[in-house]
Amino acid sequence: MNEEIIIAGFGGQGVLSMGKILAYSGIMQDKEVSWMPSYGPEMRGGTANVTVIISDERVSSPVLNEFDTAIILNQQSMDKFETSVKLGGILIYDGNGITRHPKRKDIKIYRIDAAEKAAETGVAKVFNMVVLGGFLKIKPIVKLENVIKGIEKSLPARYHNLIPLNEKALKIGMEYIYEVNIN
Amino acid sequence: MKELKLMKGNEAFAEGTIRAGADAYFGYPITPQSEVLEYLMAVRPYETTGMVVLQAESEIAAINMVYGGASCGKRVLTSSSSPGISLKQEGISYLAGAELPCIILNVVRGGPGLGTIQPSQSDYFQSVKGGGHGDYKCIVLAPSSVQEMYDFPKLGFELAFKYRNPVLILSDGIIGQMMEKVYLDEPTPRWSEEEVIKNSPWATTGKVVDRERNIITSLILEASIQEKHVIKLYEKYKVIEENEIRYETFQCEDAEYLFVAYGSSARICQKAVQILREKGIKAGLLRPITLLPYPKKAINDLSKQIKSIVVVEMSMGQMVEDVMLAVECKIPVNHYGRTGGVIPSPKEVADFMMQKIKGE
Amino acid sequence: MQISTKDIIKPENLVYTKTKLLTDTPLSYCPGCGHGTANRIVMEVLDEMGVQDKTIGIAPVGCSVLAYNFMNVDMIQAAHGRAPAVATAVKRVFPDKFVFTYQGDGDLAAIGTAETIHACNRGENITIIFVNNGIYGMTGGQMAPTTLPNMKSSTSPYGRDVEIMGHPLRITELVAQLPGTYFVSRQAVHTPAAVRKAKKAVRKAFENQKLNKGLSFVEIVSNCNSGWKMTPNDSNKWMEENMFPAYPLGDIKVPKDENI
Repeated sequence: MNEEIIIAGFGGQGVLSMGKILAYSGIMQDKEVSWMPSYGPEMRGGTANVTVIISDERVSSPVLNEFDTAIILNQQSMDKFETSVKLGGILIYDGNGITRHPKRKDIKIYRIDAAEKAAETGVAKVFNMVVLGGFLKIKPIVKLENVIKGIEKSLPARYHNLIPLNEKALKIGMEYIYEVNIN
Repeated sequence: MKELKLMKGNEAFAEGTIRAGADAYFGYPITPQSEVLEYLMAVRPYETTGMVVLQAESEIAAINMVYGGASCGKRVLTSSSSPGISLKQEGISYLAGAELPCIILNVVRGGPGLGTIQPSQSDYFQSVKGGGHGDYKCIVLAPSSVQEMYDFPKLGFELAFKYRNPVLILSDGIIGQMMEKVYLDEPTPRWSEEEVIKNSPWATTGKVVDRERNIITSLILEASIQEKHVIKLYEKYKVIEENEIRYETFQCEDAEYLFVAYGSSARICQKAVQILREKGIKAGLLRPITLLPYPKKAINDLSKQIKSIVVVEMSMGQMVEDVMLAVECKIPVNHYGRTGGVIPSPKEVADFMMQKIKGE
Repeated sequence: MQISTKDIIKPENLVYTKTKLLTDTPLSYCPGCGHGTANRIVMEVLDEMGVQDKTIGIAPVGCSVLAYNFMNVDMIQAAHGRAPAVATAVKRVFPDKFVFTYQGDGDLAAIGTAETIHACNRGENITIIFVNNGIYGMTGGQMAPTTLPNMKSSTSPYGRDVEIMGHPLRITELVAQLPGTYFVSRQAVHTPAAVRKAKKAVRKAFENQKLNKGLSFVEIVSNCNSGWKMTPNDSNKWMEENMFPAYPLGDIKVPKDENI
């Protein structure tokens, strides 16, 4: 197994921490992982993205130009990364704020209205876990129990009371993701 | 039982210094390495191991604090990124001249000048060909994983004290900022004052009756004595070259085409090797771990089975000169570089090698 | 009766002896220069305190660059201006040692201004001895930050024009403003009375260090007869008439909780 993922959105959407939790979940499942953020000037307020690789083998390059999965949370990231999904790969996006929807027919496209659902169900604080839940529904590369362990490892102890909320959000995400057919 | 953690390279380095028994860290903030100082200030080793952590007023002050701590026979270090490392060069020259052990981490970013904050490898010449003034060399280690960022403080101190020489750890923004698995080992305790005196009888620890004064200086006013001192330094560098060369090979056994790359470029090349192997091209990778001393012989030996070499660096071509010297013009040596903070992708690196193979 | 030196050099006639904390190396300072006396009183104080085995001195660049040849304690030669940074680290890794820097005005008040100010401001528990002779002596008499207005030097051959070259920097008054300095004093070593006062201030500085009080800073206004191109006597007279009005002697910052 070798899964190469880009997660991209606005700074503040929890893109980097989602990546970190995913990477930690991989470690909990005895996988090799890498987490490489974009740390250019854009990290200060603009777009943020992170490349996460989870693999059975030692990870070679932490920096990639194409991905098995792109998780896209804003329009700029859609414009930048839709073309970076490998043939037959997966693109997951939150429709919130998207004006130009993905068009590729050689990949699988899934939509999750995570921002909307998170607000409705009272988990807006952990919106990124709704997105992660959606991804794990489509690509169950790590078990839910290991994701919970990953959250435990990623969060400082003072936030451990939020773990049940995170778990709830993951499950909401799993429920509300759906495939989009491009015709 | 080793502890397992997901850490950034810079954080792993900081944790590695604490667990290597470091006595003091002196630093100044600069992107992309500020996490080193931030981590140490958050963890507060001064309350546990007694390690001093101090934010200096400048990179210049920080390297001179390293000079002071190293003069006392203590395990001390600093870290910075390219523009800050330029500021430290005078101090590094003094440290080398006075034969003081220490560690200097450079998390390289794009230059020249203020440049960019993104990853680069354009400080190779500065690191291995001098940097500061005078005839001297530093031992240069190039980590290519977060684990090595954690491991190299310990290795660095070992080498620094074995040879009484500064050790540069030449990293870059990718290795500093990325997170990977790190296995943390049992901490090495800091040396007691008795151990400091025993390990470094030359150090300024206070003149006691039964020994002469210890003087730490790089000033020698007599030219002939200065020459002798430099010759002695170069004899030491020769011993270092005989004993401390470290490198790693990847799929070199049957390789016909070779990448030579260090640090994060080596990671990118490893992926490029996989891409090329899938296309039936027998590519391999040699990764120097010590950039000084340089694995010249290993590259020369491999050049007997290799048809051509591609050196990949995030620079306009610096290490490529050392590879050319190593192969003694026996086979073609090409360079592929991106610079200014642009990171080459594995695919473009693989494509470049393909193009060179076809062109031959 | 003819008296020979043999009749005079007898233990019972001994009134002064060189402290054992000065080496037997002849001082290489110019005859008439105040550095020799300043070296001596620092070493006498450390000898009297009995702390040779706990002392680490830092000599910078300038006339004091060779101080390690004369001071019989462990010494570190620092880069130009950086002695306070070096001393900071030495004291931090060895909090129980006595750590001092011995710096000139070019070193401390020009190239090393940042290190001086910040070591003082952090209140490093060290002693700074600052010898101010208003000129770069070692390099042959160039203008220093402390060179007086209209004073001639090899880089102000027509006198220091403050319009072009700026004003003399009274860095001692400056560091006295910082909360990290505990004791700041300005002294001289050109007369026996001045030497006694200066030595008292130096002793105070090291006593403060023993008590972990913070940074003590002692300026010694000195002559540079070679750089000033005067005889030693004339230079001392010139110093009294010109340097002392600009750099008045006395304590500048005395701890509130005590009188000295």
